[in-house]
Amino acid sequence: MADMTQRAGFSPIAVPRRSRLSLRAREEITAYLLISPWIIGFLIFTVGALIFSLAISFYQTDLLSPARFIGLGNYQEMFFGDELFWKALRVTSLYTLGVVPLQVGLGLIIALLLNQRVVGLGIWRTIFYLPSVVSGVAVAMIWIWFFHPDFGLFNAILANFGIQGPSWLYSEKWALPSLVLMGVWGVGPGMLIFLAGLQGIPRELYEAAQIDGAGAGRQFLYITLPMISPQILFNTVMGIIGSYQVFTASFVMTQGGPNNATLTMVLYLYRRGFLMARFGYASALAWVLFAIIMAFTLLTLRSSRSAVFYEGQPR
Amino acid sequence: MSALARWDPALAQAIRARQGSQIIIRLLVYLILAVGGFIFMLPALWMFSTAFKTFSEAQAFPPVWIPSTIEWSNFTKPFEELPFAKFYANTVIVTVASIVGVLLSCTPVAYAFARLNFRGREPLFILVLATMMMPDQTTLIPIYVFFSRLHWIDTFLPLVVPRFFATDAFVIFLMRQFFLTIPRDLDDACKIDGGGVLTMLRHIIIPLSAPMFGVVIILQFVGNWNAFFWPLVFLNTMDNYLISLGLRLFQTRYFVEMNTLMAMSLLASLPTIALFFLAQRYFIQGIVLTGVNR
Repeated sequence: MADMTQRAGFSPIAVPRRSRLSLRAREEITAYLLISPWIIGFLIFTVGALIFSLAISFYQTDLLSPARFIGLGNYQEMFFGDELFWKALRVTSLYTLGVVPLQVGLGLIIALLLNQRVVGLGIWRTIFYLPSVVSGVAVAMIWIWFFHPDFGLFNAILANFGIQGPSWLYSEKWALPSLVLMGVWGVGPGMLIFLAGLQGIPRELYEAAQIDGAGAGRQFLYITLPMISPQILFNTVMGIIGSYQVFTASFVMTQGGPNNATLTMVLYLYRRGFLMARFGYASALAWVLFAIIMAFTLLTLRSSRSAVFYEGQPR
Repeated sequence: MSALARWDPALAQAIRARQGSQIIIRLLVYLILAVGGFIFMLPALWMFSTAFKTFSEAQAFPPVWIPSTIEWSNFTKPFEELPFAKFYANTVIVTVASIVGVLLSCTPVAYAFARLNFRGREPLFILVLATMMMPDQTTLIPIYVFFSRLHWIDTFLPLVVPRFFATDAFVIFLMRQFFLTIPRDLDDACKIDGGGVLTMLRHIIIPLSAPMFGVVIILQFVGNWNAFFWPLVFLNTMDNYLISLGLRLFQTRYFVEMNTLMAMSLLASLPTIALFFLAQRYFIQGIVLTGVNR
């Protein structure tokens, strides 16, 4: 400890005797040493990987035989000659369009209910969050049974009302809505974020509104919604990023079927890359996926700029 | 107020009516929560009950919720048919190693971003945040090629080694946010006593950040334990499978035997569920930390 003290050179009392470096320079060197693992990781696993991935998207390669440069060939094939790409894009976009509003809306409703000073808040939170900690493969297997046309839970309930239920995952029309319905059970994380946001709203705002004669509806519209708009934005953006990468559910439950009705972008990428050994094409797919996610994220951020209210910041 | 109400019967009635509607609203809140909560519990309840059913009861229609006899062999069968114990051990190894890697690499990085002044700090931190938006799949193939050149495919190394290079931007962000809340006076006191960066980290920052480390450990545990896509890509032979892959393999082989599948699912989910119950507060704190500090 004692010799460390002298070498550290931070102390204004123990003035470093032979130090040729200024305090500032020392701090910079220390900082760069501390972040060096990140710099190395970032250069290899992000920058290097991105460059390589972009580069091989211009090649045809199975990684074993020599790669062949085909320019924009992969992208050309994707956009003008690959129906499955468009199918996957449509499926993933529809999934996102279905799941994100449901998760955000329902997450907000549950959070609003839990924010009514309910008894046993911890237990309720646990119940609504629990589905989010169970392994995705296990969840998928449970839902395979829920959706089973002959002896599954949903059709058993519907049969009670004399309704002949659809064949869910086995039906081209119902398979994707089934996955969306299952996605509703993933509201947990979003709900907790909403709840934290709601608990952070100062009570005075509501009291002032009550004095001014505002009813519950107006209080919600003019206080609650603006105050939690950052959380709505955050949950929406994270929802979009996450649902464009959905994989496990369709891989385990339907393998993309029936007739590719649940073929998601990542599942298609996995098929092309790791099952068909078309790694250049898969990389091109990955870049398109990246571009789509970026575009939607930026679009959401931009379109919400005037609608989102940050406390302590002039509008 | 009561004096006023006694004086004005109309007001008294208005107050009573208001209290009455308040009670109705509260009842309604609990009713909706109870129904919603029950619906949300259904998957877990069904997993739990089916894990103990006999084969024929698992197939029964209409569904049976409470098994008439308890079929313990559902829990032993996975271990006889597949090296399920090995899957468990593999998952523990990968999860623990990943958590160690994340903690060792991200702590100093986050500390530097939170506390030290250096040129390029702001732009570098924006880069950290930007990587959070990038889908994993974009870099998957190059990383696959990279590890296959190193002959690391079908080992745990591709799943673990990147963790030692602070690749979890989310964790860096979370740690930095927490370090920023620790008063700087403590740093200054430590500096005056002649402490260096390592002393400061070891004696001030790390002890004060125990709750945050709890959050990181739990989130990482659940994430790694349940991981499916990366193990699927990097692991080939059954002996190296993690639990998620083992479950999937079991499903493709015995997909009609819902009772054994659910028993295995229950065994696979037990650690994360138990951890969630034990450390619920940390868990929730972590999710909240990330969402509120935009």
